[in-house]
Amino acid sequence: MSPLILAYVAVAGALLSGVVALAADRFPAALRAGSFSILGIAGVTAVAAGGWALVTGTRTTAQLPFGLPWLNWHLRLDPLSGFFMAIVGIAVIAVSLYGPGYVREYERDRHAHQAASGESQPRNSLATLGLFTGIFVAGMLAVLLADDAFVFMIAWELMSVSSYLLVAYQHDNPANRHAAFLYLLLAEIGALVILLAFGVLAGFGGNFTFDAMRAAHLSPAWASLAFVLALFGFGMKAGMVPLHVWLPEAHPAAPSHISALMSGVMLKVAIYGLIRFVFDLLGHPQWSWGLTTLAIGTATAVLGVLYAVTQNDLKRLLAYSSVENIGIILMGLGLGMIFIGTGHPVLGAVALLAALYHSLNHAVFKTLLFLGAGAVLYRTHERDLDHLGGLIRRMPATAFFMLIGCFSIAALPPFNGFVSEWLTLQAALQVPALSSGVLRSIIPIAAALLALTTALAAATFVKVYGVAFLGQPRTRHVAHAREVGLGMRAGMGLLALLCVVLGVVPTLVIRLISPITRGLLHLSPAGATVRGWLWLTPVSPHVASYSAPLVVAAMAFTFLAGYLLLHRRARSARRSDPWDCGFGGLNARMQYTSTAFAQPIRRVFAPVWQIDEHVDKVQNSATRYTSMRHQLHVTDWSWSAVYLPIGRLVLAAARRVGRIQTGSIRIYLAYSFFTLLLLLWLIT
Amino acid sequence: MADNLNGWLWAALQTLLFIGGAPLLAGWIKRLKCHLQNRAAPSILQPYRDLAKLFAKDLVLAHDASWIFRVTPYVVFGAMLLAAAVVPLVAVPLPTAAIADVIVLVGFFALARFFQALAGMDIGTAFGGMGASREMTVASLAEPAMLMAIFTLTMTASTTNLSVAIQYILNAGLVLRPSFLFALLSLAMVAVAETGRIPIDNPATHLELTMLHEATVLEYSARHLALIDWAGMVKLMIYAVLISNIFLPWGIARHLTLPGLALGTVAVAAKLALLAVLLALWETVLAKMRLFRVPQFLGFAFVLSLLGILTHVILESAL
Repeated sequence: MSPLILAYVAVAGALLSGVVALAADRFPAALRAGSFSILGIAGVTAVAAGGWALVTGTRTTAQLPFGLPWLNWHLRLDPLSGFFMAIVGIAVIAVSLYGPGYVREYERDRHAHQAASGESQPRNSLATLGLFTGIFVAGMLAVLLADDAFVFMIAWELMSVSSYLLVAYQHDNPANRHAAFLYLLLAEIGALVILLAFGVLAGFGGNFTFDAMRAAHLSPAWASLAFVLALFGFGMKAGMVPLHVWLPEAHPAAPSHISALMSGVMLKVAIYGLIRFVFDLLGHPQWSWGLTTLAIGTATAVLGVLYAVTQNDLKRLLAYSSVENIGIILMGLGLGMIFIGTGHPVLGAVALLAALYHSLNHAVFKTLLFLGAGAVLYRTHERDLDHLGGLIRRMPATAFFMLIGCFSIAALPPFNGFVSEWLTLQAALQVPALSSGVLRSIIPIAAALLALTTALAAATFVKVYGVAFLGQPRTRHVAHAREVGLGMRAGMGLLALLCVVLGVVPTLVIRLISPITRGLLHLSPAGATVRGWLWLTPVSPHVASYSAPLVVAAMAFTFLAGYLLLHRRARSARRSDPWDCGFGGLNARMQYTSTAFAQPIRRVFAPVWQIDEHVDKVQNSATRYTSMRHQLHVTDWSWSAVYLPIGRLVLAAARRVGRIQTGSIRIYLAYSFFTLLLLLWLIT
Repeated sequence: MADNLNGWLWAALQTLLFIGGAPLLAGWIKRLKCHLQNRAAPSILQPYRDLAKLFAKDLVLAHDASWIFRVTPYVVFGAMLLAAAVVPLVAVPLPTAAIADVIVLVGFFALARFFQALAGMDIGTAFGGMGASREMTVASLAEPAMLMAIFTLTMTASTTNLSVAIQYILNAGLVLRPSFLFALLSLAMVAVAETGRIPIDNPATHLELTMLHEATVLEYSARHLALIDWAGMVKLMIYAVLISNIFLPWGIARHLTLPGLALGTVAVAAKLALLAVLLALWETVLAKMRLFRVPQFLGFAFVLSLLGILTHVILESAL
């Protein structure tokens, strides 16, 4: 028995859950009861396998007799892949608790549609959903196990293609088809670039196993080329600006529990790929790579959150916020490369730790938020924030879990998001160790932009929570929403609990993940937990410390004192109307909307978006009333600035090339003849 | 161990002094402003009387208020209490400073602000939402400037622990650092924005449309309002103490001896009283800005702190 065996079980379980789901079109219970419980077991096994590899810090490898004749499948489970495997496992467990309730939506929808249209073939096949969910999870787990480029690419493609099919699941909506196509296109371009990056390493290493690549000696120029290719390829999948355009389209289009997996976990698999490639396969990161990663990460974080804050569609907003968080992770990685590249591996380990911790945290809270958004969608059929409101009274449990998710993502102490951003800032603060004045003045600016990102993220999630869950319901649906079922609440509750635990005892988590830095950098950030579990001290106790348990204790003390001194002695509160300036008649439409909330930020940072806003006055001549019509379209610049020109270029090139297509067979034969001549001349 | 316990006891005592002294500072500023504006001034103890009166009153809640609305005053006050506990007021050796460094301090402010904004949106009136939106916007612009100013300090002292940093500055003696001047100006501007003073916000406004901070607390009454008002006074005091004890730490007690502590108390009281005079003058001379001028104000603060970092890197890294 070894962790690797457990990992096989997890992959096989995920595949099995897909196979079981094939019966779901006839027996819907097969998906709800069968497929999801097997998936849950696979998730538990993945956490066990990953946890085992992490706790023992061991590395197990194996070769399976599949694949190419000259290349067996090489598999390996080490602390790094174990850590990410545990992340995948946690999200999968939550999703398998949540899923059975959530897919009822599609069941109901199917039957309603079938009855209405009289078609024999139902619209959304539950079997498809279950099958590709299983393959998707298996693909992600297999990417983490791969120890040669061949297995890696196969697993990567399994993950990409099955998630494409899941994005296209509700394909009767043209917007979803478009989103899925865009996703597939960019995912495949990204995969080709990753293949090229592996190609560079394999060219020097002699073959496609990761061991050979590790042993390869590359000149700095070739290493830099491999790095740029890897950054582009993995960054495409992770949603790095400006390669992120597919992400806000594709993630919201998928069913919510799949969006949760894509945003929460699949992006982390891309981050895993980048870490594996840069810190393990390439080995010696140069500081210039770090600077590039830091710059791109900062841009990704700031632009991601700015795009998020203006969104009104809840799931789209969450997708943009994933872009932001990937930016923060990339900043951590960039800092790590800078410190390692300039000969400060101890500080590099702190930065790497921050990035890894944020990957874990983002997986937990973003999965939670997507599941919460799914619960809202399930009960109200609304994704538009401006149609929601007051859900804290209708769906108290969901509202509570979402609140914890919002605290975490807004990086408020003592929740988990705060710890990793604090670590990232601490890493950035160690710049006096660097000798280059340029780096010493650039890194603080990046850190200040991280502070801006955090503050804007707080604004974004005040908006989300305030508009959707607080205030009064804005539509009738929402006013009559009910709480979701036990399973869905359990899925969210598990993640909410993790948000708190990961925030309150960071030292234990850091002790768990330090074998990763030991494996990659051959040293561990020993200082981080030097004063015991109560104190987090990333560099040394003198430099900085943070004690989340004591913060929680102090908070609890304040509440207790407030309760004993004030609340218990007071008479019960009187309820009355809110302040209405004496005019009376406040209604739900007078509340601040999501659009209104973001208006000051939209105005301050106006150049970031393409804003199309007009106010039309409509004069009704009969009644002499003037009505106003306000239209606002806020779009992402990157689409028109980067993608449309590329698209036009490709089309123009195609037209040029198209000239040689005359349609005459003789001319085509002539082309073949001359090509043949040319080739013969070349080889002789 | 006894020494250790002594330290923690002292830290608790100092926090109480902090919390208890904050209304006095607020009363002093109010009195100064009244004098400067030719108005009859209330007693310096007026804030205590206001708080006592509010604590004794019966609570009135809006119909739609959820539990978030009721929890917020306690969270806001608790966050300020924690923040006050980690800032050295009278003496440098402060064991609680290790609980949270200066970045966590900013995190406590963010926590209080987040709850305050949620409470503003909870009732579902336009004023609350408006206040929440404006407060979050101003905060998001102030935070980078604040962090850059802090960075100047932490890069010099190579620590984010306030106690250790002040110790470092005291040990370094009287060194004129241009970067600290920039950081001081920047931090002062951020403090004005964050504590809702003129020209960003008017703490005494009665017009709902011009409110930033006040709009989010419009619905509060009785003990809830008392806690939030008190927390606001504590926040003002924290910023004042930060500015005076980081940039002019002299006089603060370096060891826990009785004469040292007495001197420290007198010194910090004098520094705060002087700072209050400056604030009162500033608020009398300036008028409130339009909301969309605020980004320029805070942008200027950011540029100042950026200059602080650059001067540190260029001029002082050899020190």
